[in-house]
Amino acid sequence: MATDTAHDAHDHHTPTGWRRWVLSTNHKDIGTMYLVFSILAGLVGGLISMGMRAELQEPGMQIFPWIAEFIANADDPVNAGKHLFNVFTTAHGLIMVFFMVMPAVIGGFGNWFVPLMIGAPDMAFPRMNNISFWLMPPALLLLCMSLFVEGPSGFSGTGGGWTIYPPLSTSGQPGPAMDFAILSLHLAGAASILGAINFITTIFNMRAPGMTIHKMPLFVWSMLVTAFLLLLSMPVLAGAITMLITDRNFGTAFFDPSGGGDPILFQHLFWFFGHPEVYIMILPVFGIISQVVSTFSKKPVFGYMAMAYAMSAIGFVGFIVWAHHMYTVGMDVDTQAYFVFATMVIAVPTGIKIFSWIATMWGGSVEFKTPMVWAVGFIFVFTVGGVTGVVLANAASDRIMHDTYYVVAHFHYVLSLGAVFGIFCGWYYWFPKMSGYMYSEFWGKLHFIVTMIGVNMLFFPQHFLGLAGMPRRYVDYPDVYAGWNFVSSIGGYISYGAAFIFLIGVYQAFKAKVPAGDNPWGEYADTLEWTLSSPPPHHQFNTLPKIK
Amino acid sequence: MEENKEGQKNQDKKANRTALYLGIFVLTMLGMAYAAVPLYEIFCQVTGFGGTTQRAESGSEIILDRKIKIQFDANIANDLPWEFKPVQREVEVKIGETKLVFYHAKNFANENIKGTAVFNVTPDVAGEYFNKIECFCFTEQLLNAKQETDMPIEFFIDPEYANDPDLEFVNTVTLSYTFYPVKE
Repeated sequence: MATDTAHDAHDHHTPTGWRRWVLSTNHKDIGTMYLVFSILAGLVGGLISMGMRAELQEPGMQIFPWIAEFIANADDPVNAGKHLFNVFTTAHGLIMVFFMVMPAVIGGFGNWFVPLMIGAPDMAFPRMNNISFWLMPPALLLLCMSLFVEGPSGFSGTGGGWTIYPPLSTSGQPGPAMDFAILSLHLAGAASILGAINFITTIFNMRAPGMTIHKMPLFVWSMLVTAFLLLLSMPVLAGAITMLITDRNFGTAFFDPSGGGDPILFQHLFWFFGHPEVYIMILPVFGIISQVVSTFSKKPVFGYMAMAYAMSAIGFVGFIVWAHHMYTVGMDVDTQAYFVFATMVIAVPTGIKIFSWIATMWGGSVEFKTPMVWAVGFIFVFTVGGVTGVVLANAASDRIMHDTYYVVAHFHYVLSLGAVFGIFCGWYYWFPKMSGYMYSEFWGKLHFIVTMIGVNMLFFPQHFLGLAGMPRRYVDYPDVYAGWNFVSSIGGYISYGAAFIFLIGVYQAFKAKVPAGDNPWGEYADTLEWTLSSPPPHHQFNTLPKIK
Repeated sequence: MEENKEGQKNQDKKANRTALYLGIFVLTMLGMAYAAVPLYEIFCQVTGFGGTTQRAESGSEIILDRKIKIQFDANIANDLPWEFKPVQREVEVKIGETKLVFYHAKNFANENIKGTAVFNVTPDVAGEYFNKIECFCFTEQLLNAKQETDMPIEFFIDPEYANDPDLEFVNTVTLSYTFYPVKE
């Protein structure tokens, strides 16, 4: 298997101009494109959520009737505005999940660093890698187009939520907007499946000599588990949404009771995908945090094997807990008891990870560079989200909290905060490697502080709103919820402002051009990418590294 | 260099094989999603999941003293111009006793319309024990223009009902039907 030239000699020129990007088969260039795509999608998805927060800042209908009149030229601005709010929640969810977090952690950091960390010259199927990326912009385009065509009669856009439950997504929205959204998911799903096949093949077949499976860096482990989760869950989503599209357009009745179907079946299929999906988003982040905590604590990560197998365990158990998203559909008590139990079991491997990170820091010579600050921030917000997850796992308490802002607070603490903190952590950690320039500690830390204040101000009050009974996905609310909604909205603006501090930091780094050197982090940044130059050569490891 | 080319070829072959297996795996999972449709139906029928009722050929031989109140509910799809209601709001039956009840239906339209009824019972856990011997819901129902009819249901509660701890304090079971037009 070992070989020292992965490419024929004529491959060694570096393509330039648009060909370098559009026709790219280079894992680093494709990773860069994924990261840029993710930043742009994140800004759009964030702007959409700012619209929602501005509407919810005060009781009553404020800005959505105006937006509806402005972009859709609606005859009935108030009702069009109400629908548009649903369209915004749907678009925000889909964009953030499929076009921001996944492209960043899997397509971006995964493509960049899996081959580098295992000592491979590139991904196993570089051309397939190109397709994986280039399916994403058309997918996002389809989703954007859905905003401008008819959904429910008289209104444009699809407002079924990111979960697209029938019958709201079938007879509830007869217009083509939902079809556009579904096709968008098909493309994004196909891209993810191809990417997952590529990652698994790369990790199984292209590790450098001596890099056994139990010597792989934890980030590579996390990508391996993630790729398997994608492979198991994405086809189920593809099947479910294909059934949805045939139910809508071709007279089938998979989810239509009048033809003998069952809408609850969609929920089962969706969450069989949807629950692993949340681990798909967070597992790569676990990998990033493990690398960063170890590097800046100047210690090898505590409990390597436990960390690796905890991720595998989370991945496995993640497939047998899906019905905790649907306690209210009428399952019998024993079934609910099982799902409560299985869900709580996930807290065990997750706890192993949290405590192992803390144990890695314990007694270490911790250096609070920007990536480490984000990593510690991640551990804090993820633990908060994890704890509320245990509360929600109980079928009895979930009956009260189901579809309230408590749930919104919970999943934003683990994803919007957890995954996004992890992404920024990885960004600052690897930015010097990817660009060759050192980022500015000042802008990096300011970015962290403002984000930390903003997101906690944004989401923590939503726990109170949820406990007080405020339902999610509503455009308006009784006056009693006004106070915390105001605080939450202010937090939202601060968080979105922080995204621009991030951009200033990036601009500053590229302008100042402070060379980073091969390894700015010292000897505990001991994975293979730090043995290369910064940025790494267009083709690396012409002589495969040997791992002791 | 020769050796490297050979090694490269071997590696490509291995990679292609891995990708092939993974591709088959993806197609299997896609197939599983579709297989879930009939499997879920069978699962519901066998376990009474979601309040799915059972079919029986004949009544129960054991009749217990415990009485259960059976309530009847009727719904109709928006696009079906029928009236549909239970003749009796509720009946009391002994567990195991076979009972005959009727629903009344009338077609208001000036054309013949075929309808089909879907059903379940509440609470869901009772579905497993609710046995129908005869029901208008077993077949499609044709009502001619302006026709009125009474439609029968013959049912009994399985004596095992009394042994289910979840149903220890459940003495009212609601049987619900929704009529939909048959799509030709």
